[in-house]
Amino acid sequence: MRHHLILRVITKLLVGPIMLFALYVQFHGDYSPGGGFQAGVIMAAAFIIYGLVFSLGQVQRVLPPWVVHKMAALGVLIYAGTGVISLFMGYSFLDYTALAHDPVHGQHYGILLVELGVGVTVTGVMVTIYYAFTSRTPIMSDEAW
Amino acid sequence: MLVATALATVRMRSLFAVVMLSGVFSLLSALLLVTLDAVDVAFTEAAVGAGISTVLMLGTLALTSRYERPTKRSPLIPLLVVFVTGAALVYGTLDMPSFGDPNAPVQTHVAPGYLLQSPHEIDVPNVVTAILASYRGFDTLGETAVVFTAAVGVLLLLSGLRRRRRRKPGEDA
Repeated sequence: MRHHLILRVITKLLVGPIMLFALYVQFHGDYSPGGGFQAGVIMAAAFIIYGLVFSLGQVQRVLPPWVVHKMAALGVLIYAGTGVISLFMGYSFLDYTALAHDPVHGQHYGILLVELGVGVTVTGVMVTIYYAFTSRTPIMSDEAW
Repeated sequence: MLVATALATVRMRSLFAVVMLSGVFSLLSALLLVTLDAVDVAFTEAAVGAGISTVLMLGTLALTSRYERPTKRSPLIPLLVVFVTGAALVYGTLDMPSFGDPNAPVQTHVAPGYLLQSPHEIDVPNVVTAILASYRGFDTLGETAVVFTAAVGVLLLLSGLRRRRRRKPGEDA
């Protein structure tokens, strides 16, 4: 899409705000609609739009496939790790009381951590699937559509 | 509008237009969910259904052909099955309590407990988040694992072999 000047400029303008919005959805999920899953999808969408308008190579220079694969696993690890921490502190699995002195604060930290895990996994997974599909695609001219 | 979009999707032969229309369909259903006050679900539907899955479908289209082959079989039996299933579902809704009924089973079972207790126990204004991440933490862990498994499956199917050949074995999963 080398000649689509408007698309390229608008994408460059938009990618930053999209990522910022994803982070907002991620960490403001306690107060407003949204949470890890939605945030992960929006974050992945930022990378995907960059990959669509520029090229797969460009976006993979920013976010190489091996990083994405590790991200997908890391999120599950964060989530399950939160549960294991509370196991080690003498509470049951995923009982966030263990994470702070005050049970209510423990819930806050627990939800934040768990949602972070979900977000990281979903971002990783969505971008992984996108990479897997597009890296097999032969490059087509715009007229083919 | 949902019905019109669905009909148009069925009539189309160009798969590119079908993909676009399915994106429109998810956006419309997201609007429907907003009117039902299910903002979290609407958010997900708009982002996943209208956004990511459209892109993935386009990626799939690029791998396969771009036009649907006309079928020779008669559409009567599928149509009949659809109508019978639809009629059964509509018949099922006749027994359902009306929308927003305070005496409905949904409103009387655990929902009041969550709504009343979560300000004291969790103190998070968005009850959906509180239920998802705390009361139903195990379920969400399972969901995350499912999403992760999906990625592993796609990787194994689509790009596993090629990558293994290019790199040294054991360097990357």
